[in-house]
Amino acid sequence: MPVNIKQLAQEFEKKEIGITQGHRLCPGCGAPITVKFVLMIAKHLGYEPIVGLATGCLEVSTTVFPYTAWSVPYIHNAFENVAATMSGVETAYRALKAKGRISEGKRYAFIAFAGDGGTYDIGLQALSGMLERGHKVLYVLYDNEGYMNTGNQRSGATPPGSDTTTAPVGKKLPGKIQLKKNIVEIVAAHENVYAATAVLSEPLDFFAKVEKALNFDGPSFLAVFSPCVRFWRVNEDQTVEISKLAVETKYWPLYEVERGVYRVTRKPRQFRPVEEFVKAQGRFRRLLERPDAKEIVQELQEYVDRRWERLLALEEATKDKPIR
Amino acid sequence: MPLKSWKEIPIGGVIVTPGSAREYKTGTWRVMRPILHKEKCIDCMFCWLYCPDQAIVQENAVMKGFNYDYCKGCGLCAKVCPKQAIEMRPETEFVGEEG
Amino acid sequence: MKMQKVLEKVAITGAEAVAYAMKQIEPDVVAAYPITPQTPIVEYFAKYVADGVVKTEMIPVESEHSAMSALVGAAAAGARAMTATSANGLALMHEIVYIAASYRLPIVMPVVNRALSGPLNIHCDHSDVMAERDSGWIQLFAESNQEAYDLTILAVRLAEHEAVRLPVMVNLDGFILSHGVEPVELYPDELVKKFVGEPKPYYPLLDTDHPVTWGPIDLYDYYFEHKRQQVEAMENVKKVFPEIAKEFEEMFGRRYNFVEEYKLDDADHVMIALGSTNSTIKYVVDELREEGYKVGALKIWMFRPFPKETLQRLLNGRKTVVVLDRALSFGAEAPLYEAVKSALYEVAARPLLGSYVYGLGGRDVKPEHIRKAFEDAIRGNLIADEQRYLGLRE
Repeated sequence: MPVNIKQLAQEFEKKEIGITQGHRLCPGCGAPITVKFVLMIAKHLGYEPIVGLATGCLEVSTTVFPYTAWSVPYIHNAFENVAATMSGVETAYRALKAKGRISEGKRYAFIAFAGDGGTYDIGLQALSGMLERGHKVLYVLYDNEGYMNTGNQRSGATPPGSDTTTAPVGKKLPGKIQLKKNIVEIVAAHENVYAATAVLSEPLDFFAKVEKALNFDGPSFLAVFSPCVRFWRVNEDQTVEISKLAVETKYWPLYEVERGVYRVTRKPRQFRPVEEFVKAQGRFRRLLERPDAKEIVQELQEYVDRRWERLLALEEATKDKPIR
Repeated sequence: MPLKSWKEIPIGGVIVTPGSAREYKTGTWRVMRPILHKEKCIDCMFCWLYCPDQAIVQENAVMKGFNYDYCKGCGLCAKVCPKQAIEMRPETEFVGEEG
Repeated sequence: MKMQKVLEKVAITGAEAVAYAMKQIEPDVVAAYPITPQTPIVEYFAKYVADGVVKTEMIPVESEHSAMSALVGAAAAGARAMTATSANGLALMHEIVYIAASYRLPIVMPVVNRALSGPLNIHCDHSDVMAERDSGWIQLFAESNQEAYDLTILAVRLAEHEAVRLPVMVNLDGFILSHGVEPVELYPDELVKKFVGEPKPYYPLLDTDHPVTWGPIDLYDYYFEHKRQQVEAMENVKKVFPEIAKEFEEMFGRRYNFVEEYKLDDADHVMIALGSTNSTIKYVVDELREEGYKVGALKIWMFRPFPKETLQRLLNGRKTVVVLDRALSFGAEAPLYEAVKSALYEVAARPLLGSYVYGLGGRDVKPEHIRKAFEDAIRGNLIADEQRYLGLRE
């Protein structure tokens, strides 16, 4: 029986969620909400979460020595290696369990949190290694589409036309030219994984995916759309609103891939043009001032349309055809 | 907290006091203050769910107000409220008041 | 009561000796990536795992960077963790090598010494380990396969000692030891297990009843204090190592120390080196002794922490000291020479010093090279500020 919001509120009125007050993330940041969602569901399901973080906003803002905003076991190692670090933690668990050196009866959930820099780019190799080796770790990507911790540099997750300091919209170049990497496809290309997208504006879909991921017998991956109010140049109160718009414009389709089987989990009856998503955010303002803005936005529209059609086709084609 | 010497802290940079960040009051950052109009509130708990700073005070899923020690004033609670029961007001209006 | 040691003497490579030590230690987690000339260690160990000889969980990682990263996770979780590497693999780990030391994780890592690229070279020198000189790891050096075996076992106790809690590199020369067959006395499994004992985890992550935060951001308020703690831990090694070495000797009959003295008592001329070259040096010392020269050798078993006090005690008043380095420090003095020279600044009667670099990229070091350096010393033909080369075509 899926949990509802009021039940969660009752359950966590006094119980520790795992991330606490006093963290120093920007007002309105999406990342701590993602952590809240994941940890609450894990605990609700009876898991003892052990978290690992890649270097990034979430990591530096929650653990300024001697303060920690975590009340669950936590480890941060470096930027590019959270998947490897958590591979080690999970393996240690199996080794110590086999040798009878840890207390029986606990169900651990090994959860990695990383931004897009630590996932799409510098951490991709370690992530692939973790997935291929089959470590039972839930890897949660909070995708804010750039190196926001260091002040808005371009990443493999930055969308075209977004203004970043290393791919700025200039007189000649219209900001980043390339499309975002399709990280879910990269993850899903590993055998025996569960991969899904999620947004804060669809909490029940989000919760269901966390549950599925934690109960999956193998590595799991959740790509969470995570607005950065600071560098997306949106108001601090717009995190959920922008998330909703991302789904309604096909910018962030909600789907899951379980052992190669695609399932689109939210199919809006009608969509809004991606232009609305672009216009709602200051990071595209300079793009929109350019004479070629219309073409670039149109290209993005065609891309999201084609991707959506492809997803539906994949859903149809892979139905009842799991890899294993 | 007063700074300690190298002999007084655990080795390896480990922090052994979970949730010690609570000593750091992020409420001091706040520019806009959320005010609850309880008569409009339906206790849907959306504000509680989305608050990035766990600054919504609720008892048994009944909305009680805000923890101004930690509320950074982002206004997300007001935005997600389906009944417009939360109003954001400038902190300057509350200068000299408690909390 | 002294344990009765039951020895098994076998002719094996250094790689097999190290892998055998790892088998007997039976760490909880091994994460490793193959690289020449370390590869046979991983291969032997993987076979032990595959055959169910050890209960160790092995992570066949996709890079050395992930090997050390996984071990940081495993060790913080409360596991005894080991790996092995060489050269470029060690360099790829570099970032996490520092993190492992600063998190005070007692990881033990045999390093099969090999020249760092470039150009690419797979043979022995010490450029790999010297690049990690200041990483905060304890660094031990083996002269023989026996020592590689012994030091790997001993390193576990040293790393995990509560006054230390630092990772240890056990260095053995690439190919010369790793692939060279020598007789090695292997100890019974139960004695090795008794010696290493059970690990005592420090704030393990898996203890969810006491949640701790590992690896916070540590700015100007405390980073410095944490570094000072690492300095202290290194100092503690100097107190703890002789105790552990004594226990090792009681159990296994072999004596280790910071350095080994060879015909040093009355020696006027002393040669200092790391690793397998010490065997060649001892051979030349014997020859020169027969010819009537008062020469001796001082082998460095422990390079970090550097046993400065021991060197001061042993070298004060000697006529000359010749230091052999199998690595360079471009634009400065070679690493071992620099350390020895610095130590001798404080002694009352400073010897004349000479610096010799040899064997880079696996270049063979022959007795005549060693003899040449000794002859320079005997003639008083040493210049402290001059770096000389053995076996190089000028």
